[in-house]
Amino acid sequence: MKPAAASRLGRWGVIALPYLWLTIFFLVPFLIVLKISFSNVQLSMPPVEPVLTWGQDHVMQLRLHFSNFAFVFGDRLYIEAFLDSLLIAAVSTVIALLIGYPMAYGIARAPGAWRNVLFLLVVLPFFTSFLLRVYAWMGLLGRAGPVNGLLLKLGLIHEPLQLLQTEFAVYLGMVYSYLPFMVLPLYSAIEKLDLTLLEAAADLGCRPTKAFFTVTLPLTREGIFAGCLLVFIPAVGEYVIPALLGGPDTLMIGRVVWDEFFGNRDWPVASALAIVLLVLLSGFVLLLQYVQSREREA
Amino acid sequence: MHDRRSWFVLSMLCFGFAFLYVPILSMVVYSFNASRLVTVWDSAHSPTLAWYVELFHNSEIMEAARLSFRIASVNATGAVILGTLAAFALERYRRFRGRGLFSLLTTAPMVLPEVITGLSLLLLFVVLEPLIGARGATTITIAHMTFSMAYAIVVIQARLATVDRSLEEAAMDLGARPWKVFAVITLPLIAPAIASAWVLSFILSWDDIVITSFVSGPGSTTLPQYVFSKVRLGVSPDINALATILVLIVSVAVIVAGTYMMRRDQRRIRDAQVALGAGG
Repeated sequence: MKPAAASRLGRWGVIALPYLWLTIFFLVPFLIVLKISFSNVQLSMPPVEPVLTWGQDHVMQLRLHFSNFAFVFGDRLYIEAFLDSLLIAAVSTVIALLIGYPMAYGIARAPGAWRNVLFLLVVLPFFTSFLLRVYAWMGLLGRAGPVNGLLLKLGLIHEPLQLLQTEFAVYLGMVYSYLPFMVLPLYSAIEKLDLTLLEAAADLGCRPTKAFFTVTLPLTREGIFAGCLLVFIPAVGEYVIPALLGGPDTLMIGRVVWDEFFGNRDWPVASALAIVLLVLLSGFVLLLQYVQSREREA
Repeated sequence: MHDRRSWFVLSMLCFGFAFLYVPILSMVVYSFNASRLVTVWDSAHSPTLAWYVELFHNSEIMEAARLSFRIASVNATGAVILGTLAAFALERYRRFRGRGLFSLLTTAPMVLPEVITGLSLLLLFVVLEPLIGARGATTITIAHMTFSMAYAIVVIQARLATVDRSLEEAAMDLGARPWKVFAVITLPLIAPAIASAWVLSFILSWDDIVITSFVSGPGSTTLPQYVFSKVRLGVSPDINALATILVLIVSVAVIVAGTYMMRRDQRRIRDAQVALGAGG
């Protein structure tokens, strides 16, 4: 084989192998979900009616049931679960930003050796089991847990509060688990900031607070976008946190999909819910990809 | 004015790190508590190592940990191979048909809620069952590779972007074939990123619960699945002991890797200073 041809073949292979993998195991599955969302429940394994069938005279029949979507949009429970998930994710994202921005700022402005240490301290929880970190709050927030113990000792309350299995615990778990995802992109944006711009602003008589809002904040905009999207998107569909820390009335959509699938074995409705969630989030995913590709090119 | 602002930043740093670490440290502390009630400190019999002993005698946990370890290792190796190819394609072949979709497919698995990815993969595995057999360790590994790969790509691509392309071009000009250039020049230069991507992929797989629950079959219980089914029923002292061991391993690994990187950076700065000094 000629070198040029071999090189073209090599180039083709480098692209094709991961492309093929992601197509089979990421793209095609979504098409199957889409297909099943138009199907009906049936007592069999898999428990769904086929969408495409061969009729008696070899005519292919396509039967699409929109009933699952009608069911999803007609039931207040599902609508509320979607709205609640969006609200909880949005509020958690804002709180994570309010805590994460000053943290990222402090780390980026810390003296050399400290900066590396603090950076590693943000990364470390990310490497420690997500599940176990959520579980840790079950111990802390329990009726006999140390949070209630402290509040009792301080005399702020007279009997233990119900902290676990509340919406408060879900917010706490969300902010806690996703905080590193917020801090890391903010850190890299703030670290890249040209400090001479702030000096110039100060020389021209700009107050530090005003300089922060007119120089620092706009120039780290992309880090803010990336951080918020990295927290918001997975938070909307979060399952583990509401399952362990939330009460029975905290119906987040991730939990509803799980229950429809494992509890009710209603694959079509679970698929329809997943499709609606996917459509809801796809705009945000595209936005994230745009922000990240711009950052990579910068 | 300036002082007040740095006080604010400093106190937010302290608050943020306390928030991140108090829950982790609480598990470590309670793992030595003798009381079965976990958060009620039994000062008469604590500290104790009883839960650690119980942990190592629990054959179910040990079996689950072995399975998780096996899946995580295979997953990390596969994810790094696919991730390196994909990172190379995205970074070096700037233009090819379907690049937009490819780049979307490499980003989406990182952020999409796990219930969506898990559900869709399960439906695929049901269709593929005649081909790849019943669900179990194999389907879990395939599922993990698909999302770990996305993270591996980010890490490797970032490193690949910093590699001086003139080195590769020089080797090419001297007649080296593309594969040889990759093996002799590029691979050693991106090796640290490949190592980090392997560790990251290992941990992502080792920790995963939601996707695993969808694609696993009877008889294949990973460690997170075991832990999840247990903690759903409430806090449990041996899970605290397990968490402590895992935190210890991760901390040591991160500290070793961190010190190594810092030493390397310092050496690089020193070398640069020596070189500049010799030049001037």
